[in-house]
Amino acid sequence: MDPNADPQKSRGLSRRTALKGVGAMLGAAAFARAIAPLTEWTRDISAEEFVQKHYKELSPIDLEIILHRLEKDTKKQYGADVTIKDYKPQQGVKFGYALNLSICNGCRKCAEACHIENNHDRPSHQSYIRVFEMSKGSMNLEKGNAHYDHPVPQPDKFYMPVQCQQCEHPPCVDVCPVEATWKEPDGIVVVDYNWCIGCRYCEAACPYHARRFNWTKPQIPAVEINPNQSYLSNRIRPQGVMEKCHFCLHRTRNGRLPACLEACPTGARVFGNLLDPKSEVRQVLAHKRVFVLKEDLGLKPQFFYFFDV
Amino acid sequence: MLKATRPVKRRASTAFSGLLLLIATLRALGADPEGTRPVEGATATNTTLHSVVIRRPTGTPKVASGLTNFIGQPVMVSCSSCHTTTTADLDTRTTADLDQFHQGLKYVHGNLTCLSCHNAKNYDTLRMADSRSVEFTDVMTLCSQCHGSQRRDYGMGLHGGMNGHWDLTKGGRTRNTCINCHDPHAPAFPLVMPVFSPRDRISVPIKPPAKPAKH
Repeated sequence: MDPNADPQKSRGLSRRTALKGVGAMLGAAAFARAIAPLTEWTRDISAEEFVQKHYKELSPIDLEIILHRLEKDTKKQYGADVTIKDYKPQQGVKFGYALNLSICNGCRKCAEACHIENNHDRPSHQSYIRVFEMSKGSMNLEKGNAHYDHPVPQPDKFYMPVQCQQCEHPPCVDVCPVEATWKEPDGIVVVDYNWCIGCRYCEAACPYHARRFNWTKPQIPAVEINPNQSYLSNRIRPQGVMEKCHFCLHRTRNGRLPACLEACPTGARVFGNLLDPKSEVRQVLAHKRVFVLKEDLGLKPQFFYFFDV
Repeated sequence: MLKATRPVKRRASTAFSGLLLLIATLRALGADPEGTRPVEGATATNTTLHSVVIRRPTGTPKVASGLTNFIGQPVMVSCSSCHTTTTADLDTRTTADLDQFHQGLKYVHGNLTCLSCHNAKNYDTLRMADSRSVEFTDVMTLCSQCHGSQRRDYGMGLHGGMNGHWDLTKGGRTRNTCINCHDPHAPAFPLVMPVFSPRDRISVPIKPPAKPAKH
């Protein structure tokens, strides 16, 4: 036997060839795994939806087609006839919200109104508003209880509804890797639900816990669906995307008051145009002791809390 | 001009005299009623502003007499039905002192007595602190005598719930009056049960901290 002969070669399969084969197989497997979602996409996502552009890049005709498609999808999936529109921000309007903590009694009617108005998932009691029961003299949200279930208001507590603060410098927008969320000229931070990839970075970035994730496909009986919908606000969200309070822009951009304000039985909520010096919300800023939540973070919320006296 | 752009809802011609009285009273108090408050820019531009309607009471209240008519409906009577023939007892301070009618009416409103607000000369009207009478429809004038800070906030749109439009160029607005939310005999908000609590995964119920394990 030739001492220089390679013992591997004599077996007919070199180490190099074997490793090549393993590498090719791994590569093929990884590729198959990577394109696996593509083989499934026809089931829950249409071709049009798959190639849909970012909201800001849509032409008016594109948008018209998409809104029509979304209306048809809602009819097919939920059995409800809805109207989905796209309302643009108004010139000279910047929305602000103020909430009177001396008056709020913690009844959660605002959260319920949000739940109904914005077509939230029924089983999870989803809502953009979380009402914290706080001990008087404390401002520690970590110790606030959002799950109280007893008659309110308790004498030693105050109640603090927290929803999206529509920050001037929104950290949720900064962290979005795909620019699926942005701040509109009227101050509302919106989400393109069809562009969101569901990474939940924004949920982690928000110091107010204002963002919500659709863990499941929202379940809503057809009769309970609010048919007055808009693309950037209360249309039924797909599974796996983020959503958040949008100051009911389908109402407020048409001059109406937000649903949570109308539902408040105590009149604790004040809404209006921050650029109009005569607006109610500006009266709050001018005449009341106002504070914003977590002011030290420097995010400049457009949501204000105040006390009487 | 301003009244034309922001009209006050008048329910009946009789209410008009009450309204004039209300305006006169509020002028005297140094405030304008909500309906006639001037709006900046309303006259400068051509935009017509929609009206802000205050949900005033429609008239004098009716009280259940305790009797029922032939089809079983309760017979409602106005205050003057009984009070024109009975003389006011000035010693009666609360409903606990009564031996007939209005018994059991929950009354928790400071140290006021019935006749602090009810007009003994005409029970179909209310009585201001200076003994002038005021219509039930203008009850806000009465409440404002003591609750000035609430009236001030109401004038600015910061007190009392509302419905409709924030932008009055696009639509009107309905505002509450005092007694839509507050029972005048017991004005403090009652305890209520909150509606459903959230069930999302982030905000799990806060549990008391577990006792530290011994090491």
